[in-house]
Amino acid sequence: MSDAAQKKTPLYDEHVRLGAKMIPFGDWIMPVQYSGIMDEHQAVRKNVGVFDISHMGQLTATGPQAGAWLNEILTNNIDKLEVGTGQYTFLLNERGGIIDDLIVYRTAPEEFLLVVNASRTEEDFAWLRKHLDNKAELQNRSADYGGLAIQGPRVIELLQALVGQEAELPARNQIKEFDYDGLKLSIARTGYTGEDGVEAFFPADAAAKVWNDVLTKGKELGIRPCGLGARDTLRLEMCYPLNGSDLSPEHNPIEAGLGFFVDLKKPKFIGREVLAQAKESGTANRLVPFRMKSKGPPPRPHYAVWREGEKVGEVTSGTLSPSLNEGIGMAYVASAHAKTGSELEIEIRGQRLPAIIEKKPFYKKP
Amino acid sequence: MNVPDDLFYTESHEWIRVEGENARVGITDHAQAELTDVVYVELPKAGAKAEAKGQIAVVESVKAASDIYAPVAGTVVEANKALEGNPALINTDPFGEGWIFVLKMDSPDDVKQLKDAAAYRAAIG
Repeated sequence: MSDAAQKKTPLYDEHVRLGAKMIPFGDWIMPVQYSGIMDEHQAVRKNVGVFDISHMGQLTATGPQAGAWLNEILTNNIDKLEVGTGQYTFLLNERGGIIDDLIVYRTAPEEFLLVVNASRTEEDFAWLRKHLDNKAELQNRSADYGGLAIQGPRVIELLQALVGQEAELPARNQIKEFDYDGLKLSIARTGYTGEDGVEAFFPADAAAKVWNDVLTKGKELGIRPCGLGARDTLRLEMCYPLNGSDLSPEHNPIEAGLGFFVDLKKPKFIGREVLAQAKESGTANRLVPFRMKSKGPPPRPHYAVWREGEKVGEVTSGTLSPSLNEGIGMAYVASAHAKTGSELEIEIRGQRLPAIIEKKPFYKKP
Repeated sequence: MNVPDDLFYTESHEWIRVEGENARVGITDHAQAELTDVVYVELPKAGAKAEAKGQIAVVESVKAASDIYAPVAGTVVEANKALEGNPALINTDPFGEGWIFVLKMDSPDDVKQLKDAAAYRAAIG
């Protein structure tokens, strides 16, 4: 492993101490699991789990023109963002291809926080700087900040134990600052699991304290520290896309079925023309969720997708769903075959096994 | 990590129990801990010819598919059908109920080329 694969979050020592299995993830070394993916997954679905998301990038843009500038770079509409609110959005290249998917928060009238994928942080920052044109003050604060995702139906109980029973927590997609033992904790009601949950951001040197306080206070709620393994199964059950797998510069948000987060009414943003065209005339391929029809090996990225003897696509994400105990995945499939209910075959080690295109999400709360 | 003394081992983390002319094969405690929750096992068919170090089965965890290799040359005489319904036996009892297949060895002397428990313990640190 090169040094490049060894970036550590401020919680690295805590993960090792808890006996996590550490793996390279892009440039980072991250916990893939502690007690086990199944156990961690179920903890998030039934109680609460905590994930280290300190590797994610945090960029800030400030200034009187910052909002208008971001509106010409990102696909969703910044003008709809009240102070203290966030939205899911895309950063596209001129071809409409996805550089990154991210959440942008308006943290003050003229101040924005962009929470981006770890592996794209440098690229996003360089892209934004290239298009900056002196219209905002842009900073990459990633190294100075840590983050935790706390997810699961018991998250509110846990947060109240942490910041006080009277504390009013942010509503869905909102972000709020809390004083916590002398430090500023930004808490956003967002997540990547399909459960109620928050993402909390704080100065990196406080990471171990916040992490350990969350685990201690969460103990009687059945909390588990959770790794990238459970993060992946949880998000895939919800059909949330993963950048680098389901999203890439070769695909645009319309193909990915995420046009909802693209505001084509905006007169101008990078990639707009390509997306307007894609929306009007359709795309050659569509990202679809599919479920294996019988018990068997789970689907994996890069497996070929067939229909009636013809290769029609490729799997981008796949796993055995811990909640459903079935193979699930997502694939780019030729649009003619991309309807819900269409029968597909997934080629697994030379065998073509039956699958069916489903509606999002796979997992619905009981 | 459990490494029973009465078994032979491979570098690719299979264990081998010699039963006369046959070799019972599974994956080690260390291997199952690395793979984590096993969710599917692709078993070899009885009668299949196995080459030493040839891929013969697949063990899939939530995260990934891993090839399993035949430790010695032989013919598959039995596969563990219990794994079809309960692949997690590999996690819960890797050296017992979690066995994967039994080979009739072409040459029982071949096991001498495998690692003993001490050598395997040294290999996994």
